Amino acid sequence: MVRSGTRGRILDVVFASATKASAIFVLLIIVAIMLSLLIGAWPALKRFGFYFVISKEWNPVTEHFGALVAIYGTIVTSIIAMLIGVPVSFGIAVFITELCPAWLKQPIATAIELLAAIPSIIYGMWGLFVFAPFFGDHVEPWLSNTLGRLPVIGPLFSGPPLGIGVLTAGIILGIMIIPFMASVFRDLFEVVPPVLKESAYGIGATTWEVIKKIVLPYTKIGVVGAIMLGLGRALGETMAVTFVIGNADRLETSLLMPGNTISSSLANQFTEAVGKLYTSSLIALGLLLFILTFIVLFVAKYLLVRLTLKEGVRT
Amino acid sequence: MDKKKSKPRQNLIDRGFASMQYGGGSAQPLSRPSSLPLKMQVKDLDFYYGKFHALQSINMDIPEKRVTAIIGPSGCGKSTLIRCFNRIYELYPKQHATGEIILDGRNILDPKEDLNLLRAQVGMVFQKPTPFPMSVYENIAFGVRLYENLSKQEMDERVEWALKKSALWNEVKDKLKQIGTALSGGQQQRLCIARAIAVKPEVVLLDEPCSALDPISTATVEELVDELTEDYTIIIVTHNMQQAARVSDFTAFMYLGKLIEFDSTEKMFTNPVRKETEDYITGRFG
Amino acid sequence: MSVIKNININLYRKRRLVNFLVLACSVLTTLFGLFWLVWLLETLFLHGFRYLNLSVFTEPTPPPGQSGGLANAIAGSVLITIMGVLLGAPLGVLSGTFLSEYGNRSRVAPIIRFVNDVLLSAPSIILGVFIYEIVVVPSGHFSGWAGSLSLALIALPIIVRTTEDMLKLVPNTVREAACALGAPRWKVTVAIVYRAARAGIFTGILLAVARISGETAPLLFTALNNQFWSSSLNEPVANLPVVIFQFAMSPYEDWQHLAWAGALLITISVLILNIIVRTFLRTGK
Repeated sequence: MVRSGTRGRILDVVFASATKASAIFVLLIIVAIMLSLLIGAWPALKRFGFYFVISKEWNPVTEHFGALVAIYGTIVTSIIAMLIGVPVSFGIAVFITELCPAWLKQPIATAIELLAAIPSIIYGMWGLFVFAPFFGDHVEPWLSNTLGRLPVIGPLFSGPPLGIGVLTAGIILGIMIIPFMASVFRDLFEVVPPVLKESAYGIGATTWEVIKKIVLPYTKIGVVGAIMLGLGRALGETMAVTFVIGNADRLETSLLMPGNTISSSLANQFTEAVGKLYTSSLIALGLLLFILTFIVLFVAKYLLVRLTLKEGVRT
Repeated sequence: MDKKKSKPRQNLIDRGFASMQYGGGSAQPLSRPSSLPLKMQVKDLDFYYGKFHALQSINMDIPEKRVTAIIGPSGCGKSTLIRCFNRIYELYPKQHATGEIILDGRNILDPKEDLNLLRAQVGMVFQKPTPFPMSVYENIAFGVRLYENLSKQEMDERVEWALKKSALWNEVKDKLKQIGTALSGGQQQRLCIARAIAVKPEVVLLDEPCSALDPISTATVEELVDELTEDYTIIIVTHNMQQAARVSDFTAFMYLGKLIEFDSTEKMFTNPVRKETEDYITGRFG
Repeated sequence: MSVIKNININLYRKRRLVNFLVLACSVLTTLFGLFWLVWLLETLFLHGFRYLNLSVFTEPTPPPGQSGGLANAIAGSVLITIMGVLLGAPLGVLSGTFLSEYGNRSRVAPIIRFVNDVLLSAPSIILGVFIYEIVVVPSGHFSGWAGSLSLALIALPIIVRTTEDMLKLVPNTVREAACALGAPRWKVTVAIVYRAARAGIFTGILLAVARISGETAPLLFTALNNQFWSSSLNEPVANLPVVIFQFAMSPYEDWQHLAWAGALLITISVLILNIIVRTFLRTGK
């Protein structure tokens, strides 16, 4: 039998090279993104230097640009989102894995996962038309009358009830990340071997004790990793925030006042920016955001890798 | 299973055959050397998983058109050994072999050896059935098409031939278009054997082919192995000593990465030379 | 009775109380979370269906104060999304193949895997800025192609990840069996491994479609918007997300109504895509 393997070998090399080239291309994209952001941001960074990060002035007319308002808004909205999102997602995950009657388990889990797929613009639009008016009419007056009168935290909750503002944006972000984080938490909790939980129940532990002493320790690194992933989402989210944050470039103490995040500044101003320095400053904002999410991802990755190392290889 | 071993080839087995390989050119000649041409010669084969030395200087001669069984406790290196015969280990990084494996006069461990052609010449059936996600017919035609341009009719004939050879034809002749994964476990394994022999290899490696099968399927596969020796050189790894005794002409016993003893099956099971072999065969360990 | 004596019944009551309180909290948070989500969906469906009518599908986006539809935006969205997937999918599948099939002996593979995760978690608006810098600025105008490219960058890492995961689900024994027949590596991958994982790969691509079809932020700087029918991807192309954004933020009621209808359309198509993916995964295994 005459058999020729040369053609096969050539195709082997061709195919392997094609896959490798594609993979390298992915790498090049990231390098290109970094480079283009750096080049685009360069004029602003050269002009303002470190002052860019600490200045709260953002004035297109005088061409003075500082990122502090946007950075502050990004971080504060994300913190509010995490304060709401983490406990609620955790509660939902506990409910689904430990409490929910079997017939309801799958429907709820599926519904949560489907909700996680809804585009963020929908959350933003709902926030603008439904949540912000409701919040401004009913909740914010109450907040400034109660919390707003307290010392120390008072200034955070004072001011006119506008509906839109940093607090509203943070709440919408929090609602948006609930489905995502709840399904990640649930996936993590389901990884716990049933036999571990059963043996804890077997010595008379209550459900909460099983969660606290077995489920959480077993998954803690993953839980923290998932929180970091949720945080990464909140930091970089654009549409859910842009609708309701009010697009104001002043630094306000009160959470009820309008503000800006990095991504909402970009969404609102990028296409309208006139002048090289203005555009460059916006790109510099983008660069900051990229670095911020990169750091968060890096921490999340590191934690998740440690989790898999601890678990060993699952088959 | 007493019906076996009434074959003429049983008579050909020479007890001096294997011992010659050990003596390194012993004085004992084969009584009928012409009837036992060699298909494969393993010389000083060492194998490494990374730093782990899994096979240690294996020397072994495999006669043509005979069944050679490799037995031994789990982890002794028997699967590793036959994975060297078609260099399937090359799929994974950090695994490498040194020494020589001579197949028809050429060293297949030579880096210049074309692995695809080698594997077409040395077929393999695995522990678990591995039907491809395609129809029964396509499962068999896939391998044939790699190296032969057959007409539709020739291909039909080849598929039928392979399925008949592997005693599966009667069961699947009406469901050739059905997906291969829908067959029962025993049928899947015979399909894999049919697929391996359809490309007409010269050597067939069977890596514990029955370990995932029920007793009836096992018996079918064993009968099949017996028939296949008319055309093929067969090397079978098994953890089942009764199976080795039933199907093989020669048996190699391995332990901890070393070849302890290699002789005719009859001698191995009735009068082994080494103590370890005897202990293993009589069930004292392993 | 002697057994009971050793049990501190007060301690047990306390434990039960704590357990009850925590679990009640869990139920409450679930209700709390679901409350917002149900409210959101309720509003969306209520408003969406109220303003959804035939002209939404047949008429182009109107100038302020007039009635019209979303036909050009729907068509533009479909086109941009399809082109985005066509650009991203081949690259993604090949890269995923590299990571799964050739990655274990390559030192770049872990780097690629990490970089892919960076791309996966990069804020989509950054990708929009990037495409703006390298496509819109040099070419001098916004275009549908720029939009498709930015969506391709979002789809790419999703497809890379799912392809790798799905290919890794194919047992190694199947690869070994195909190699043992003498099939060259590319043939093993294309004819056997892809075939075994095709449902999974397809799901990954569908997931990417679902993800990018609602994506707004990067389109703001790339495809922009177009009040009229676009004749080519070389010019700004109307698309649902950007139209929704502009119309919703506008003071005109007609526009806001169309924004609700558009939002409903996007949500429904994303949900349908996700449901298809789920059924696919269930039957594919």
